[in-house]
Amino acid sequence: MSFLDLKNVTKIYPNGTKAVHETSLSVDEGEFMVFVGPSGCGKSTLLRMVAGLEDITEGDINLDGKLINEVDPSERDVAMVFQNYALYPHMNVYNNLAYGLKNRGIDKETIEQKVNDAAKLLQISDYLQRKPSMLSGGQRQRVAMGRAIVRNPKIFLFDEPLSNLDAKLRIQMRLEIKKLQQKVGVTSIFVTHDQVEAMTLADRLAVINNGIIEQLGTPIEIYDNPKSLFVAGFIGSPQMNFLDGNIKNKTLSAEGFEIKDIDSDFEGEVKLGIRPEHLSQRENSLINLKVDLVEQLGSDNLVYGQLKDKKDFCYRCPGNLTIEKGTDLSLNIENNKYYIFDKSTGKRVN
Amino acid sequence: MKIKPLQIIAHIILILGVLLMVVPIWISFASSSHDSVTILTEGMKFHIGDQLARNYNEVLNEKGGWSEEVTAAKMFINSFIMALGIATLKVVISAMSAYALVYYRFKLAVPIFWLIFITLLVPLEVRIFPSYKIVSDLGLTNSYTGLILPLVASATATFFFRQFYKTIPDELLESAKLDGANAWSFFIDFLVPLSKTMIAAMFIFMFVYGYSQYLWPLIMTTAEEYWTVVMGMKIIYTESYEGVALPRTAERFAYIILSMIPPVLVVVFLQKWFIKGLIQTEK
Ligand SMILES: Nc1ncnc2c1ncn2[C@@H]1O[C@H](COP(=O)(O)OP(=O)(O)OP(=O)(O)O)[C@@H](O)[C@H]1O
Ligand SMILES: [Mg+2]
Repeated sequence: MSFLDLKNVTKIYPNGTKAVHETSLSVDEGEFMVFVGPSGCGKSTLLRMVAGLEDITEGDINLDGKLINEVDPSERDVAMVFQNYALYPHMNVYNNLAYGLKNRGIDKETIEQKVNDAAKLLQISDYLQRKPSMLSGGQRQRVAMGRAIVRNPKIFLFDEPLSNLDAKLRIQMRLEIKKLQQKVGVTSIFVTHDQVEAMTLADRLAVINNGIIEQLGTPIEIYDNPKSLFVAGFIGSPQMNFLDGNIKNKTLSAEGFEIKDIDSDFEGEVKLGIRPEHLSQRENSLINLKVDLVEQLGSDNLVYGQLKDKKDFCYRCPGNLTIEKGTDLSLNIENNKYYIFDKSTGKRVN
Repeated sequence: MKIKPLQIIAHIILILGVLLMVVPIWISFASSSHDSVTILTEGMKFHIGDQLARNYNEVLNEKGGWSEEVTAAKMFINSFIMALGIATLKVVISAMSAYALVYYRFKLAVPIFWLIFITLLVPLEVRIFPSYKIVSDLGLTNSYTGLILPLVASATATFFFRQFYKTIPDELLESAKLDGANAWSFFIDFLVPLSKTMIAAMFIFMFVYGYSQYLWPLIMTTAEEYWTVVMGMKIIYTESYEGVALPRTAERFAYIILSMIPPVLVVVFLQKWFIKGLIQTEK
């Protein structure tokens, strides 16, 4: 059994909403697990069940070899960082950090030492006497982290802790969280709907959709090898291009071109997925793109345009190529990196 | 800084308001420092006279009433105890019942809340006979308990505390839980400090409410040692008509001034919490 074990966990809210469907998952000690998925898919619900803030309708959750279904949140020894931080507004930073330790009956000197250590680690030593209302967003974020770290819990839970920060700070805090987790080595679960955040932070990633884990794996596995249409569309930015197609006798005919000898025995309606970064320009290739718009990101250009049948399509090319609006490009799929999904079930078939 | 006409008008209005509040008090105070005869012959005074110490000493320490035993000082103490008891208990009980109503999601929470709310329609004056019956059956007439107890349940304060608690985000409770807080420590460590301006405000209102009670102490007390200031007010006014003595106008003013001091003190003392709450929002 691993450190945290969810077995067939289901959550049905009192109003009948089924937020999590028979989910099983295990997290190893020291691992950084990320739950990613669109809004309302049940990520928070799953996390809150681990924290003990929501009842578990069905299934078992084991933490460190102990069944915790019925254990009170205060007894679970988990720490959570909330989206809006939920700092204690009437206490200064020191007391925010110390409160959980006080409740555990730890003596004053030890508390002081632990708080000071955590504060130093997070570089908030200068603000210990301030109230949360006198801190900036990034500083509050650190205090919230400090409050979690100082207790040295069995597991850290983060519920979209970065979404209230501006873009630059978000990237910086993301890095810090990752470094911190590696330094402290605490098992962590991080919830986000931002796939970039998910990819960069995760040791392993659980892509959740409609209360079901669609795919579980390392970020690269999931990026390289999406198992379903949903995962393929969700992970990767800009989004994967999808074209309608049809397979007959190992030949896929999409709108305007054909791919022969595909590696699948599937026959019928499919979706063909091609990542914008897996394309390159070559004369007389399969895909003909009429360019509408070019976004220059510096390192890369994102080229948006339409195929013959007016289908929107995106191509990512190195930033040093100049591409004019209105030109016609001929694009080749590099190394045959394309994904085929059964149109009716969304399952990967190649 | 340029002064705009609008500001001048605003200031004039404010100054008029202040005068309206302060002048009567000042006249009472000034009048209380003269001889009764002077006031009766010359009318109310704007300046301080030379009888201040004598008048106040007389009011505070003269024994009055039928038994000629109760002093104004004793009545002040009684009123103060009664108001303090009412205000403290009202605040404590309301805060705790609101806590139960908001945070314990039992099925009857809403009906119970409305039941409490409906009691606003039946103030003590309406239910004074049953209340008296209960208190006297319990043998609590002529006691501080009897003066205080029937007045401590408060729908108003419960309502305000409930509304306040509802604005406190759930995450605060959740993160407190994860930090090991139990129901009691959440109340003491979070709700009480977060609502301290609210508590101060409620305490002031309830103190004044308790202090100005008239009917209930009148019915409740037969022993003069439990008389309150407001009851004394009546006594000091009726007293002078007995016999041939002159009405003791100056002493009446002294008594009025004295009777204002306890509520004023409470307001002044708790005011800094008020202001704190106004200038520094801690949400
Ligand atoms: N207390 C509740 N009662 C009933 N339904 C709820 C409750 N909380 C959440 N839900 C429903 O459960 C589903 C999952 O909610 P959840 O909060 O877990 O989503 P999420 O993945 O965290 O979304 P987001 O990214 O927007 O935070 C949603 O459909 C939501 O409407
Ligand atoms: Mg959520």
